[in-house]
Amino acid sequence: MTLAELKRGQRGIILDVSSIHIPLKLLEMGCLPGNFVELVQVAPFADPMYLNINGSHLAIRKETAIHIKIETTNE
Amino acid sequence: MSKQINVALIGNPNTGKTSVFNALTGLNQKVGNYPGITVEKKEGICKLPRGVKAHIIDLPGTYSLNASSLDENVVIELLLNKNDKDFPDVAVVVTDVENLKRNLLLFTQIKDLEIPTILAINMSDRMKYKGISLDIDYLEKQLETKIALISTRKSKGIDNLKELITNYKELSKKPCMNASLIDESYFNNLRKAFPNQLLYKLWLVITQDVNFGKTDRKTFDKVEDFKTKSKTDLKRLQQKETIKRYQFINDALKKGQTIDLNSAKDLRIKLDRVLTHKVWGYLIFGIILLTIFQAIYDWSSIPMDFIDSSFAALSEWVKNTLPEGAFTNLLAEGIISGLGGIVIFIPQIAFLFLFIAILEESGYMSRVVFLMDRIMRRFGLSGKSVVPLISGTACAIPAIMATRNIESWKERLITILVTPFTTCSARLPVYLIIISLVIPEGRILGLSYQALTLMLLYLIGFGAAVGSAWILNKILKIKSKTFFVVEMPNYKLPMFKNVALTVLEKTKSFVFGAGKIILAISIVLWFLASYGPGDNFNNAESIITQQYATENLSEDELQQKIASHKLEHSFIGIAGHAIEPAIRPLGYDWKIGIAIVSSFAAREVFVGTLATIYSVGSDEEETIKNRMAGEVNPILGGPLFNFASGISLLLFYAFAMQCMSTLAIVKRETNSWKWPMYQLVIMSAFAYIVALIAFQVLK
Repeated sequence: MTLAELKRGQRGIILDVSSIHIPLKLLEMGCLPGNFVELVQVAPFADPMYLNINGSHLAIRKETAIHIKIETTNE
Repeated sequence: MSKQINVALIGNPNTGKTSVFNALTGLNQKVGNYPGITVEKKEGICKLPRGVKAHIIDLPGTYSLNASSLDENVVIELLLNKNDKDFPDVAVVVTDVENLKRNLLLFTQIKDLEIPTILAINMSDRMKYKGISLDIDYLEKQLETKIALISTRKSKGIDNLKELITNYKELSKKPCMNASLIDESYFNNLRKAFPNQLLYKLWLVITQDVNFGKTDRKTFDKVEDFKTKSKTDLKRLQQKETIKRYQFINDALKKGQTIDLNSAKDLRIKLDRVLTHKVWGYLIFGIILLTIFQAIYDWSSIPMDFIDSSFAALSEWVKNTLPEGAFTNLLAEGIISGLGGIVIFIPQIAFLFLFIAILEESGYMSRVVFLMDRIMRRFGLSGKSVVPLISGTACAIPAIMATRNIESWKERLITILVTPFTTCSARLPVYLIIISLVIPEGRILGLSYQALTLMLLYLIGFGAAVGSAWILNKILKIKSKTFFVVEMPNYKLPMFKNVALTVLEKTKSFVFGAGKIILAISIVLWFLASYGPGDNFNNAESIITQQYATENLSEDELQQKIASHKLEHSFIGIAGHAIEPAIRPLGYDWKIGIAIVSSFAAREVFVGTLATIYSVGSDEEETIKNRMAGEVNPILGGPLFNFASGISLLLFYAFAMQCMSTLAIVKRETNSWKWPMYQLVIMSAFAYIVALIAFQVLK
């Protein structure tokens, strides 16, 4: 599944990021395979998404989130 | 003279880098610009132990050395250019203890440039609260550095940091990571071609799209082989580099940092549940804005009345005390009146800057970006456009510079083009004086009519900005990638020192920047209003005396008639009459016309100009407001500033593009005269039409 499908409060592990579609800045902020991600809050229409990635709190748009493959963790 | 140590403060945004700068330099700081570009350059002097002095430079915040904006380029250009006079003897990387992992990425990059580096871990007062403990000795060894654990909020650890800076020569220059791990064969080739250069530095020059010192660029042009990698390949390697760096950081932190999640408390989650909520979030944002406007109006009225009457008294005192003559008149009527027109708005401008500084410092502004992104995107803007639009209420110039972190060029261009519609502080003087003349006093639900009118004008400004953005979004055919990444920093109680220094600095630069223009224009206007060509001006006394010889006028009335006859036939009067036909349909007389024309240089000149024009030739020194209230419409009769002409003027100023500095900055940021010229013509024409309709409907 992709990050865009994550529900509020859910956690996951990043499996793969499509480096063509993802800005380097996002990778530098910790959006890398193996790191955890949690959906903290969503704006209306679930866009943008307020995430906790590897301890960094940031917001990205849904159009970026669909390029990040994740796997949910059971917590 | 002892040698000064050059210190560069580097760090991610939101790490409290500027607080560290303020703690080190106090009031010994100045803000300027980097030569040729509009990036703010903050530097200051810090006294170190044993009589040593340090020259501290606060570099723009950046997440890494991979620059994606003009501000970030400044950091890299300085760090790669050993010949720059500001090249640091020692770099202080400022980090936030709660985001250490991410903040260390930049640290490892700086280390790899083999610059002596101190790691300052800020906000250490939050460690207990967050359940974080650090093994400083271990980390110092792993990261090959010295660590200063500081808290600018509690003023702790600053002395230790100063001590470390003084002893910078003892710092290790060993890099953290072997850069050639990124791609061994590629880096081996690099090493062979440039045996004397630092590998990581070469790598940065290859991957960055910025202009470095010409020598570096040229050396690469000679060796074509090294440009063969495609952009995609380079980006993949950069990703690999980032992963490698995080591996290194994770290894160091695994033993060096422990976080006890059980004792960690999180205020952020609780606050964000409300402040970024689908309903409450917007409601709270609206209430905050309303409160700000009401406060600007209410809190500043007392100091403003005081300043207004003080300047009137000063002007009168000068006239009565100094010997009569042209110089005294110039001083009293030109300079003091003109300056009074700007000084009076200091309280309001300071309050506005204060609120913006608090919104930024507390971390709330990022939540607004988050809340507004989806809505703004409908209009071709980004959530990040909200920051320029809000800070545009202070001044369009820093606001337009604040668009630099908008990743998509199209969204950024539209933001630049529409930002001048937001009501900047220079419009405030015009609005305030006209509102006080034409809007009745009185309150509804505790809010004054006048404050509500002001709020409405701000909303009209935002509406015009957003509406024109929507149109531009349809018209402009620009394809650009849209990225949107915004950090949501922790909530922080704004630090008094930071806020106070920001307000002081911004207000000062506004007053001096605008003050210079206003002073110059006031003097020119005074001359134009005090002298005139031909008999009509020079023989005013005899003409008027003859004309009214049969009517028994008192001496005072006669003097008044002479003065206004003179003004009408002065240079400025002639110019004003020439443009009067164009502005009469808007409800203005030639005096307002002159004020409008001169305020194309800068809007705030309007009040000063009217003050100068009205005070020339008048004997009694009155406040600006009283003088304006006393003006009579020469054609329609009744007060010149009535409801219809007042609203027409307000709307004209809401839409017209009257600021040369903004046009210059738009030219610089868009790299073409095309965009600022469009702004000037379209906005001003629109303003004229709206003002015309308003007056014709309301009169």
